[in-house]
Amino acid sequence: MSPTIVVNLALTHLIMPQKIISAQPDFSISPRVDQVGIIERAARFTKRSIKNETKLNGLLLTLNMIDLTTLEGKDSEGKVKQLCYKAIHLHDTYQGLPTVAAVCVYPSMVKTAKHALGNSGVKVASVSTAFPSGQSSREVKLRDTKFAIDQGADEIDMVISRGRFLQGEYNFIYDEIATIKEACGDARLKVILETGELGTFDKVRKASDIAMHAGADFIKTSTGKISPAATMPVTLVMLEAIRDYYYKTGRMVGMKPAGGISKSKLALHYLVMLNETLGEDWMNNQWFRFGASSLANDVLMQIMKAKTGIYQGKDYFAID
Amino acid sequence: MATKKNNTLKLKFESARSYAPAPESRSAATINERYELFINGKFDKPQGKKYFDSINPATEEKLSSIAEAGAADVDRAVKAARNAYDTTWKKMPGKERGKYIFRIARMMQERARELAVVETLDGGKPIRESRDFDVPTAANHFFYYAGWADKLEYAFPAKKPQSLGVAGQIVPWNFPLLMAAWKIAPALATGNTVVLKPAENTSLTALRLAEIIQEADLPPGVVNIITGAGATGAALVNHPDVNKIAFTGSTEVGKIIARSIAGTNKKATLELGGKAANIIFDDAPLDQAVEGVVNGIFFNQGHVCCAGSRLYVQESVYKEVLRKLKDRLETLIVGDPMDKNTDIGAINSKEQLNNINKYLKIGQQEGAEMYQSSVPIPAKGFYCRPTIFTNVAQSSRISQEEIFGPVLTIQTFRTEDEVIEKANNSPYGLSAGVWTDKGSKIFNLTTKLRAGVVWANTYNQFDPASPFGGYKESGYGREGGLHGLAPYLNLS
Repeated sequence: MSPTIVVNLALTHLIMPQKIISAQPDFSISPRVDQVGIIERAARFTKRSIKNETKLNGLLLTLNMIDLTTLEGKDSEGKVKQLCYKAIHLHDTYQGLPTVAAVCVYPSMVKTAKHALGNSGVKVASVSTAFPSGQSSREVKLRDTKFAIDQGADEIDMVISRGRFLQGEYNFIYDEIATIKEACGDARLKVILETGELGTFDKVRKASDIAMHAGADFIKTSTGKISPAATMPVTLVMLEAIRDYYYKTGRMVGMKPAGGISKSKLALHYLVMLNETLGEDWMNNQWFRFGASSLANDVLMQIMKAKTGIYQGKDYFAID
Repeated sequence: MATKKNNTLKLKFESARSYAPAPESRSAATINERYELFINGKFDKPQGKKYFDSINPATEEKLSSIAEAGAADVDRAVKAARNAYDTTWKKMPGKERGKYIFRIARMMQERARELAVVETLDGGKPIRESRDFDVPTAANHFFYYAGWADKLEYAFPAKKPQSLGVAGQIVPWNFPLLMAAWKIAPALATGNTVVLKPAENTSLTALRLAEIIQEADLPPGVVNIITGAGATGAALVNHPDVNKIAFTGSTEVGKIIARSIAGTNKKATLELGGKAANIIFDDAPLDQAVEGVVNGIFFNQGHVCCAGSRLYVQESVYKEVLRKLKDRLETLIVGDPMDKNTDIGAINSKEQLNNINKYLKIGQQEGAEMYQSSVPIPAKGFYCRPTIFTNVAQSSRISQEEIFGPVLTIQTFRTEDEVIEKANNSPYGLSAGVWTDKGSKIFNLTTKLRAGVVWANTYNQFDPASPFGGYKESGYGREGGLHGLAPYLNLS
């Protein structure tokens, strides 16, 4: 063996482990977030005055980004079918409205939804991993996810084990997400951080970084079962995490604020924030979703106002 | 895993700048064709019968004709102020003075929208800033000092605070209404009468304030507002019957004032230029720090004496900060100040724009690397893209001299001691900013930075209760807060 080859081998040997280490950052030192600063910055987006065609485009885009959601113990097949019809026919008196992005249900309703949505292009998203608390074993969470996938779910909305995260067991959270991601196959994985239980913006940032590195296709604020749910500052922390991750890896990750966004004005503020933080590549339902149940009707009301000049009563819009 | 190379990644912000126009209605305020001098409670023609034009820097259109006060007019104004001081204001109990000041504050709030529109038309600053910052903060100053009027003995225990007499006040063009409030409110609260001269480019909101003062029924002569350029200011400063000079403006003019009042009994506060260091450590919350840098230098087109115009970044986070800053620059909208979405409005005057452009040239000649955002700017009016210079030396003129525009210089540093030394290595010392997650570092820097105001993890925050003023060539005396009362009082 000539000396040159030995040197080459030694080099490869040196480089290999370095690559593996650099792919996984130390999550205990995620970038810090200043609470006052992030709240001020989020408030600044609400100062943008959105008018005329920009407003109408924003409203139509909002509709197209909605994950129309029903997540109740009393959900029935009938209710899910109605919701699916609404997802495709938001308000048929207005020609050319888009559909929503997806319908979000419990695993037991996935089959019904899949059937009802047919080939409309609207996706079926299923919550899983012992939603909403996540208080179960890894095995149960995996089976929960596989069941939803078998039933035909296009997207999985998982929850992280907040207890373990708060205990500082970041590796556990990483493995949990990576395992579920593997079980998802082709289905896109949204990781719910349940920011209302994490307590600080620093922790939201850390959880976002872990989720993205573990393979999340989307990061999502909330289950909608805990208050506070999505807020603009929390969403901004996550958008900034997505931006930094994109610059680091070249991989785009989507964002889904969920819960508490029920007015179109607020939805437009979110779109401004998205547009000015991640830019126009994210301005579509491939990369941004609103998890909401009552937002659609408020947006429809505004769209009809823009078209007819008159506000119509809420009874002129179907509830589901 | 990575599909593209990192250095080719770039976010696209074109659509983030192209919102449909959302203009504030110009009809919210009427601007007279001509404005006179406000002397002894009345609007009066100047004796020299001379008028000068006030233009809108965003469109270069003429807004109004403004009276030019000559030496005789200045004399009339000072006499009116002296007479009001002797006959009414000096004798009035603090409680009663306070009522007048509260009334002015409330009337400013009532007419807030109108004041904001005039401020933007006259000075070129974005309506978002005049609406959300200038006008409310100005009204707050009157509210705050109204409260002090009957509590002066408590402000200075064991002293007998006595008012001085007539205060001659000269304010700059960057915050016309707010600076007038900073000057007038404490003077009235302490029982002095006032002759105020706004900058010649931006007289309109001060004159609007004169209307409010007239309507508030303040005794005639307590506040006089005279308009004009440098000569008018000089006549005011040199008038023998003025007891106190309060000036905000350039260091150059500040020095002239200091020279001309030397050897007289006149008290003075001078709030002059600045070249503030904004320091980012590697443990800082970077996104918020970048936002603070943007607020620090691009607020009011950089026409801010305490603007954070020298950025120091710890070398380990330099690349990341620069990338974030450039991305943020792309989303700043430059254009019509009356549009509610405008972030950076018009440069205040043609002279100032020329001055800024001069420095852009100097910077490039000095070998610094200039970067401007790709935002389109209007063809007519005075505009400048947000600009950053990298590869700057401590000895570069652009990092030493006050540019007073949307121009930021960036340098790196390695250690805490190094950056303290560099930050203090300036003839100015008005303000500074520190960005770090570590409290002990903040305390270390705030004790060592020679600047009147040091902001920690924020920038350009103002409150009437907080004193403001400079070290070194940034001037002397403090305005705002309890400290702002003292320069208007004899404390024995």
